[in-house]
Amino acid sequence: MTAVATDRSLVELVAQVAKDVAGPNAASVDAEARFPHEAFAALREIGAMSALVSVEEGGWGASLAEVGLATQELGKYCASTSMIFAMHQIQAACLVRHGRSPVFAELRRRLVEEQILLASATTELGIGGDVRTSSCAVERVGDRYRLEKNAPVISYAEHADAIFVTARATPDSPPSDQSLVVCLKEDLQLEPTSVWDTLGFRGTCSPGFVLRSEGPISHVLDDPYGDMSARTMLPVSHSLWGHVWLGIADAAVDTARRFVRKAARSKPGTTPPGASRLVEVVGVHQQLADVVHTAAARFDAVAHDDDVLTSVGFAIAMNNVKITASTLVIDIVSRALLVVGIAGYREDGAFAMGRLLRDAYGGALMVNNDRIAGNTAQLLLVHKD
Amino acid sequence: MSDLATDIDSAVRTVLEEHGRLAVDVASLDAEADLYAAGLTSHASVNVMLALEDAFDVEFPERMLKKATFGSIGSIAAAIAEIQDES
Repeated sequence: MTAVATDRSLVELVAQVAKDVAGPNAASVDAEARFPHEAFAALREIGAMSALVSVEEGGWGASLAEVGLATQELGKYCASTSMIFAMHQIQAACLVRHGRSPVFAELRRRLVEEQILLASATTELGIGGDVRTSSCAVERVGDRYRLEKNAPVISYAEHADAIFVTARATPDSPPSDQSLVVCLKEDLQLEPTSVWDTLGFRGTCSPGFVLRSEGPISHVLDDPYGDMSARTMLPVSHSLWGHVWLGIADAAVDTARRFVRKAARSKPGTTPPGASRLVEVVGVHQQLADVVHTAAARFDAVAHDDDVLTSVGFAIAMNNVKITASTLVIDIVSRALLVVGIAGYREDGAFAMGRLLRDAYGGALMVNNDRIAGNTAQLLLVHKD
Repeated sequence: MSDLATDIDSAVRTVLEEHGRLAVDVASLDAEADLYAAGLTSHASVNVMLALEDAFDVEFPERMLKKATFGSIGSIAAAIAEIQDES
């Protein structure tokens, strides 16, 4: 399927899917910790999986800002759908920006025509959560690669058409010298090692697996992972995750606003007790929106300037986006819950906020903020501007 | 290689031995060998830079704070020579 002929923008089309499909299914996705099949069927219909592929290759040729807004729209209705969409687009960005050989052009063609879903396996047992080190390695046997990775989490692994896997470039390479291998579904074996039963982001279906893969050596991306991490993975991840959390915050603010409005209608002329606290919520929400939208625009402005992308200042700025956004979303949802009160604490009714609260806490934990702060502290030792 | 260049090269190697935490012996690396492939992490490269600033009594300007500057012994030595020329 190629991009749908339409005069509506990608963001408008995704917003429609979010409202009509992701929203109505969000409660069951959360309750059953199941993959949001309905939302992804609808996203495929509008060609959203190839948002970042160039127009020449049949995609939308979208900027990170546009993909961010689409992610945010999904986040308003279903954080799991939004997070899966974001994680897919992060891998798609690597494919678009770093996949130069014909093998990867073919994968982009499948992205456009088949709307395939891309996942990633970066963390590994025994490396302490540092995605810039690997213990497993790419073994080369003739023109084939072989790889085995014990991953404590792989999001939507069983629903993906390809998984992008980090590993040491060769069995003799040090832990930090990593390659990224595109492991196609048909080349993969997944042996589950745990279940995914979490507080939030339950629909991302992210249990642990021993992943084994064997395929053509041409499926290893040329650029060292360290380069792709700085130039693409890090900024795109932090921007898009931020948009997921912003979507959650949008939903919380909307709930609080609806609640205060309802109270105001029941007693016209009296300012409801939650109104002043709503002012605080809206203020913090504006900060979050500004940080997140600026992050995407910042990347788009320098997307092809490697000197800026690999600079210390840029890395610090993107780390700040991650920490700030994932902290503010918890603050916003908590404050909104105080506005709504017991109606938000209930698991039933139009103002229920339990899922928003549980999803909000995920952001600070996925790539732990303390780890990122430690990295920033190190960078600040040398940063001068 | 001029005497000055040799001095810089050997001082860079000393710093890398102490702070680079490389997976290989620094002496075995030629000037153009990829230090990241040899195990240099971004964390260790910061320590290397701080130690170089101390050893040479220089300060790396912001524009040099990128991955490529610390990619090889040769690129580090060239950066230091450039900073010394400017000061």
